[in-house]
Amino acid sequence: MPTASPISRVNDFVVRFANVNGSGSASANELFARAILRMGIPAAPRNIFPSNIQGLPTWYEVRISEAGHLGARGGTDLMVAMNPQTFDKDIAGIEPGGYLLYDSTRPLPASKFREDITVIGVPLTAICNREYTDARQRQLFKNIMYLGVLTALIDMDIKVVEQLITEQYKGKDKLIAPNLKALHIGRDHATLNLDCPIGLKLKTTDKVGDRIFIEGNAAAALGAVYGGASVCAWYPITPSSSVADAFTRYCAKLRVDPETKEARYAIVQAEDELASIGMVIGAGWNGARAFTATSGPGISLMQEFIGLAYFAEIPAVLINVQRAGPSTGMPTRTQQCDLISCAYASHGDTKHVLLLPQDPTEAFDFSALSFDLADRLQTPIFVMLDLDIGMNHHLCRPFQWEDGRVYDRGKVMTAEELEAGKDFGRYLDVDGDGIAYRTYPGTHPTKGSYFTRGTSRDRYARYTEDGAAYVDNMQRLIRKFDTAKDLVPRPLIANADKPTKYGVIYFGSTAPAMEEAIDLIEARGHAVDRMRIRAFPFHSSVNSFVADHDFVYVVEQNRDAQMRSLIVNECGIDPVRLVPILHYDGTPITARFIAKSIGDHIDQMSVKPAKVSS
Amino acid sequence: MTYLAKPKFHHPNLPKNSLGYTHRDYEGSVSTLCAGCGHDSITASIIQACFELAIEPHRVAKISGIGCSSKTPTYFLGNSHGFNSVHGRMPSVLTGANLANRDLIYLGVSGDGDSASIGLGQFAHCLRRAVNMVYIVENNGVYGLTKGQFSATADRGSKSKRGVTNTDNSIDLVAMALQLGASFVARSFSGDKQQLVPVIKAAIAHRGAAFIDVISPCIAFNNHAGSTKSFDFVREHNEAVNRLDFMASRMPIEVKYEPGTVEVVEQHDGSRLALRKLAADYDVHDRTAALGFLQHHAAKGQVVTGLLYVDREPEDLHAHLHTVETPLNVLSEKELCPGQAALEAINASLR
Repeated sequence: MPTASPISRVNDFVVRFANVNGSGSASANELFARAILRMGIPAAPRNIFPSNIQGLPTWYEVRISEAGHLGARGGTDLMVAMNPQTFDKDIAGIEPGGYLLYDSTRPLPASKFREDITVIGVPLTAICNREYTDARQRQLFKNIMYLGVLTALIDMDIKVVEQLITEQYKGKDKLIAPNLKALHIGRDHATLNLDCPIGLKLKTTDKVGDRIFIEGNAAAALGAVYGGASVCAWYPITPSSSVADAFTRYCAKLRVDPETKEARYAIVQAEDELASIGMVIGAGWNGARAFTATSGPGISLMQEFIGLAYFAEIPAVLINVQRAGPSTGMPTRTQQCDLISCAYASHGDTKHVLLLPQDPTEAFDFSALSFDLADRLQTPIFVMLDLDIGMNHHLCRPFQWEDGRVYDRGKVMTAEELEAGKDFGRYLDVDGDGIAYRTYPGTHPTKGSYFTRGTSRDRYARYTEDGAAYVDNMQRLIRKFDTAKDLVPRPLIANADKPTKYGVIYFGSTAPAMEEAIDLIEARGHAVDRMRIRAFPFHSSVNSFVADHDFVYVVEQNRDAQMRSLIVNECGIDPVRLVPILHYDGTPITARFIAKSIGDHIDQMSVKPAKVSS
Repeated sequence: MTYLAKPKFHHPNLPKNSLGYTHRDYEGSVSTLCAGCGHDSITASIIQACFELAIEPHRVAKISGIGCSSKTPTYFLGNSHGFNSVHGRMPSVLTGANLANRDLIYLGVSGDGDSASIGLGQFAHCLRRAVNMVYIVENNGVYGLTKGQFSATADRGSKSKRGVTNTDNSIDLVAMALQLGASFVARSFSGDKQQLVPVIKAAIAHRGAAFIDVISPCIAFNNHAGSTKSFDFVREHNEAVNRLDFMASRMPIEVKYEPGTVEVVEQHDGSRLALRKLAADYDVHDRTAALGFLQHHAAKGQVVTGLLYVDREPEDLHAHLHTVETPLNVLSEKELCPGQAALEAINASLR
């Protein structure tokens, strides 16, 4: 008998699947998440997978939250333990009063379980061996079978699951019936032999609305299509490869000349990251919108070119799907650990624009926007995703595009303007915003050509090593960076109901966990104002937000408090007032972690000194 | 210095090409290389080739890496855009530029350090990708700007100016280019303008990856006894397989050579190359034989020059990618952006 009373909750719990990589579990698990969404219940799945194709442990976690909390919560209410390698650890992760579903074909001693959970055994392997003779089928249908068991255990709408299976195998129709059969074998077994439903239940509702369910990498790729990218050069690296894959797929569908069937895009898988960024810079120099997708180690390899693009002022977009470093690191685990390596990428005095989307919808928006910014500012723009946003499906606002939106191509002098005698100085700041006009190669027979170099040139792109000309140029680049502050997405502020001296700054994939954490912090009686930073360089409101609070927590997913360093460095703020809240074990940050870290700190600060008796 | 403008005036009777430009219209700034540098002769040959072909200067994009050779694009085609990029990375920048606008002529200028050492990877991959370009390596076997270190094309056993013997094997970029699938491969000598100018013209007319290795003695650091890239050594060991005459498509064919010694090669743009064959058994369309011929002569210490291989039906990267005829950099929102209706359909598929 469990010593803790079994958890009883409707539409608010966490299910975690423990599987072996390569066993075909992913599609069954995704089916589970999709069915919940179809029932109108918000859900957030997260894949925790190894850098491996077959054999190592992998987990799939589904946060179900009618209230709409889509960040990772922490803890597991129902563990579907299908991997003997991780069995003990998986069981240890179940909340008191939680549930365990396991394959009971091989009897396990009582010591393998816990007293405070409900243990549900189903002889899945035995059933599969009985029903199927083919080894591969036994494995694959076992996944669908535990899904069938779950439909009974937590009261899933079986019609929805059936419908999804039918949709999934559309075109491979002969697979539909056997999958439905496996589903029902599992469901029937549960109905006949188990107490169904358990305390965790689903109930159909309408909280999903018109939201869409997509991975951030695909969204960023689609944003690049809409933003007018016509050249993509890339090199495979986890977790960014699916950006280029999705761009290829979307272009094949959306960017083909309807008559000639020719491509209005060029995608090159380069020989390495150096070549990828080199091609992007060559294309940007020549007036096409170009991007690469990479991750931290790729950014390291691109450093020299990034510096050249900064100094030579060439538009380029880099989509960086961040992961835990280094190259032989944890490529399948999420982090926000490349802020500094991107913000100050390369040699010499360099600073770059970073965009920090929170989810796939913003990944789409910012990716499209980055091409306008790159052309306007004539500089590299980094779109900073991470593995959590990029490789997990997220429930998010549908994509929107304003028809008639015109691309901002920036300051490009035309043949007509040159012909009319307009003064062309490639590095001449005519408008005071630090941005000079450029010309595309091939524009005019005798006017407007120039030679592109790093810095050894004057305002008219003539060669010089004169120190004053160098300083003049570097000062203009700072003016340009200041101009960027008002062009990039502004921070979003949400104030607490009552005045408070505490603030919190966060960004990117931390957003959903942060929003939930605020509720938890408020439940502890604390009030916190919050600011979500969406870009670097910082808008002036970052400075005033910090100034308005005694303490500002800076929540981020890296060890070295990189965002805090950027704020201290760029805004000249006393570091003591910025309290780092850091989560960097490679798993997505959780609401519980944030709420506890901030709550404990405020508790500590609020302690009144006890009266000392003499 | 390069920032000193050349005097604009010139003799009123300078010959003009069909565009009405004189030779001077294809020049750039004054060279800052050492007097007598082989690279300056290559610059002169490029100017000559472009003048004779009557190319509009602004339709050429000059892209280079880093080094003495990579400085030279400032010294020719002053009305072209140029890009002095990163050491060893000219090929990727050129590839990207070419993807953006397929209508320009891409002239990549590199050196032996730039292409055979730091940039060997990019050298290889842009050739195997069949980028439509003229890729010229100004090959002196030495690092000039950093004062005389051996490069990877320095022959084993050759001596540096300080008397050090090179013990590493050398890289033959021509052999590599043949092996990697370049569709036009030539080697020439900076001191042999008669050979070099028509080779450059033919390479520009070629619609594919054209590679030219030009041996270009470094007057300061690699022109001494014991060097295999000196003027004297190359003149003595030059084994030319053919002499080239280039005829643009609009010019009539005038074959005035001895029968049996001339081969006329028609290129895709209609231009014709008349090859005066010097090695009777040399077949310019046989990639495998070219490699064998090259290595056979290299073993004898001979430097084979001339047009070594040309593919009559080359394909380029754009053909492989099936890109539209219109340069990608002029496509507008209309061609690039699928619009809200398509996005709504995508949204619907994601629910």
